[in-house]
Amino acid sequence: MKRFSELVWALDASNRTNDKVAALAAYFREAPPEDAVWALHVLTGRRVKRAIQGGRLREWVAEAADLPLWLLERSYEQVGDLAETLARILPERPAAERPEPLPLHRLFAERVLPLPELDDEEKRPLLLTSLMELAIPERFVFLKLITGAFRLGVGTRLVTRALARAAGVEPAAMAHRIAGQWEPTAETYRAFFADDSTDDPARPYPFFLAHPLEREPHTLGPAAEWQAEWKWDGIRLQVIRRGGTSLLWSRGEELVSGQFPELLEVAGALPDGTVLDGEAMAWSGEIPLGFDQLQRRLGRKKVGPKLLREVPVALNAYDVMEVGGGDVRDRPLRERRRLLEEVVGRVRADRLDLHAHLRISETIAADDWEALATARGEARERGVEGLMLKRLDSVYGVGRVRGTWWKWKVEPLTLDTVLVYAQAGRGRRAGLHTDYTLAVRDGDDWVPIAKAYSGLSDAELRRMDRWIRRNTIEKFGPVRSVPVEHVFEIAFEGIRRSTRHKSGIALRFPRIARWRTDKPVEEADTLDTAKALLEVHG
Amino acid sequence: MSDLLTPTDSGLYCEAGDFFVDPWRPVDRAVVTHGHADHARPGSRAYLCAREGVSILRTRLGEEAPLEPIGWGETVRIGPVAVSLHPAGHIRGSAQVRLEHRGEVWVVTGDYKHGRDPTCTPYEPVRCNVLITESTFGLPIYRWPDPREVFREIRAWWARNREEGRTSILFSYALGKAQRLLAGLHEVGAGGDGPILLHGAVDALTRRYEEDGVPLPPTEYATVERSKAERGRALVIAPPSAGGSSWMRRFGAVSTAFASGWVLVRGNRRRRAADRGFVLSDHVDWPELMTTIEESGADRIGITHGFTAPVVRYLRESKGIEAWEVPTRFVGEGDDGGGGGGGSDDGGERGRSGGNERGSGDGRSDGNEGADAEGAGATEETADTADAVPRGKSDA
Repeated sequence: MKRFSELVWALDASNRTNDKVAALAAYFREAPPEDAVWALHVLTGRRVKRAIQGGRLREWVAEAADLPLWLLERSYEQVGDLAETLARILPERPAAERPEPLPLHRLFAERVLPLPELDDEEKRPLLLTSLMELAIPERFVFLKLITGAFRLGVGTRLVTRALARAAGVEPAAMAHRIAGQWEPTAETYRAFFADDSTDDPARPYPFFLAHPLEREPHTLGPAAEWQAEWKWDGIRLQVIRRGGTSLLWSRGEELVSGQFPELLEVAGALPDGTVLDGEAMAWSGEIPLGFDQLQRRLGRKKVGPKLLREVPVALNAYDVMEVGGGDVRDRPLRERRRLLEEVVGRVRADRLDLHAHLRISETIAADDWEALATARGEARERGVEGLMLKRLDSVYGVGRVRGTWWKWKVEPLTLDTVLVYAQAGRGRRAGLHTDYTLAVRDGDDWVPIAKAYSGLSDAELRRMDRWIRRNTIEKFGPVRSVPVEHVFEIAFEGIRRSTRHKSGIALRFPRIARWRTDKPVEEADTLDTAKALLEVHG
Repeated sequence: MSDLLTPTDSGLYCEAGDFFVDPWRPVDRAVVTHGHADHARPGSRAYLCAREGVSILRTRLGEEAPLEPIGWGETVRIGPVAVSLHPAGHIRGSAQVRLEHRGEVWVVTGDYKHGRDPTCTPYEPVRCNVLITESTFGLPIYRWPDPREVFREIRAWWARNREEGRTSILFSYALGKAQRLLAGLHEVGAGGDGPILLHGAVDALTRRYEEDGVPLPPTEYATVERSKAERGRALVIAPPSAGGSSWMRRFGAVSTAFASGWVLVRGNRRRRAADRGFVLSDHVDWPELMTTIEESGADRIGITHGFTAPVVRYLRESKGIEAWEVPTRFVGEGDDGGGGGGGSDDGGERGRSGGNERGSGDGRSDGNEGADAEGAGATEETADTADAVPRGKSDA
């Protein structure tokens, strides 16, 4: 694992994308396949079963380091990353007394994969032995592996690019090869490097992703060059029908076939060699149900008949990637749309029983941007988030390429709230109080209505951090209460009734829009204002 | 018997001898541990200091400053108190202050480190009854890597940048850290790898080190012409305040890096707008702090400058040692040292925007060393936090 650990720290050391890709490509070229495949496994976000609870791990490490638990917690507050805290807090043995670290595949086989199956009495010595045998940088990597949270600022796209460079193939081809499920074996890895890798029929295409539109739409050129669709809040899906088999892939490249039996049936009705892009939505007749209803269908292996009845799901199809076994992603959207209409139209004509489960994404006819802006203005009433804009001559790209697909969301709702509690952040905000609890006025009282973690600039966050430290009223563990003094305008996407929150209200995606230094707290919004929003938009 | 040293509005005061240690306001008689701006303040009428630090203090306090230099271990009497200075290893001329009165010995460490530093006399442990120690990095996560390894990393970074045609800009405090970097690179053989240019603030102090005979590699002042001529090759040492300023333009394409203890923690390093972070501190890490406390033989420990609250609690609860927090004006982090990193970061960022050196990163102390007067100003801005929680030894 020495080489992998060096890679992880090299990725961490540099802020330059080119450095990262170069380090990854060198690793992929040089590391033994049986090790490299495990690196690829974790770097592409594939999870290993979580080996241990954080709390237990902290206790064991504190004991091993002969330090009180509170001091470990206090250090964690400073570091903002548990694996790093634990790696650093244990004294390191001199290099001469440490054995050569295991190769990565053996580390997995002998130290990582067995852990979840062990009981605490067996787990503890194995874990502590592993930690004490490693130097601090390697320990950090090992702890990241066993705590199942391996995020190091390199996305799958970057990893794919590097692997493609190492193998000498196109990034898109590599994205296709490594998508989906595979066993982390040397054979798998060699297949990724093969010139003529016969593509596994189960493999999804990489999804094409849209960017939020942050400028005026007329800067995109004539509206006639664009296709506009409603932007719903569903679950992105890729529906594959190949070789007599049907598969549903989510954007996390997880197989979700089991969660949507209706859609599996839809897939079964598609002609062989068809791949559709779309989203799963909960529909009851002609009425779309909210995301909260759809959520009831998620995270299950099997869906019972009651739930199938209460929350029926439809595929809202909006693109086609493969027709008749041929990749059509290079054709312009205009043409793909026609193919999509043909495919969906044929299934709907043949299978009346599937009408409720297969829809085609509605396009909004409009001559100019004004008309589209008007349509977008109706978005919230329709229960959609806004519009999707796609260039009619665009190909189906890979990942997040700028310029051809845009999300043109409706303006968010806003409330002026006050800061009541603050907590130190994690990661790059470690040690800074950046996680805010925000409240609205309710008579003489302040009622928390949202937590927000983002929206302020780094300079503003530091300024607030200093103020919070100086003005702390009381500490509850890591949380500090502060005097009601600062007004923040928060923006959010939706508002719903909630029995879990004291305010009776839950906000969707709240974030700080502005620090209202111009507003005294007396002018912050009240719970009644929030309730009025709930009546209109809830 | 009353305490030999007590915290006052002007700093640590020795009533028996009527003098102050590192006072932050002008006083009649000061004992000064080293030249950083949060320890050596102008305006006092007499400064007892280590002979090794004279040229630096003259640069900092003025050529006319009334210095009274003494040698390592040499004892002078101030009233009934026997005072001697012992090497602290923090920067050139940095001293620990040993006070003896009526058979009781107190030691104030000032800033110190155990790690190798060819620019100054190495730290020596001093036995005492009462020890007052800094705690800038007083959490058990802080364990320094071998500085030679760090210098090799810096050398490799510089070599890579030369290959790619980038100028290497290394940010560090102008006083102490910059010269330690130069000496360290010299020791690993990197001194001749290419031209080394110095920002004005660093240059002035580096010349003083050279006059003192400290072995440093050849360096030059980074004039516009020289900087342009050596684009893509040079290693440039500059205070963090120079980062992002128009001064940087003369170097063309650059790679930037910080040398500081704070960049040990990944989150902290990522917050800095630099390409790399090299872990190099002039303060004790956790194991060194614990070793110092143990070797001192002291039965009372005062903790100042840094993570005071956790260190005090740890000593009391886990080690059974009597410990208390010694308030200082020069801490930005409040009662629990929570901003050790945060506080310094504030400084670091302020440093970049406000043109002072305070937070180059290595915490509150060297942070405000600034060759410029603003360094001190920025420090005082954050000082009210510390003042808000004066907690003397009464509750010890």
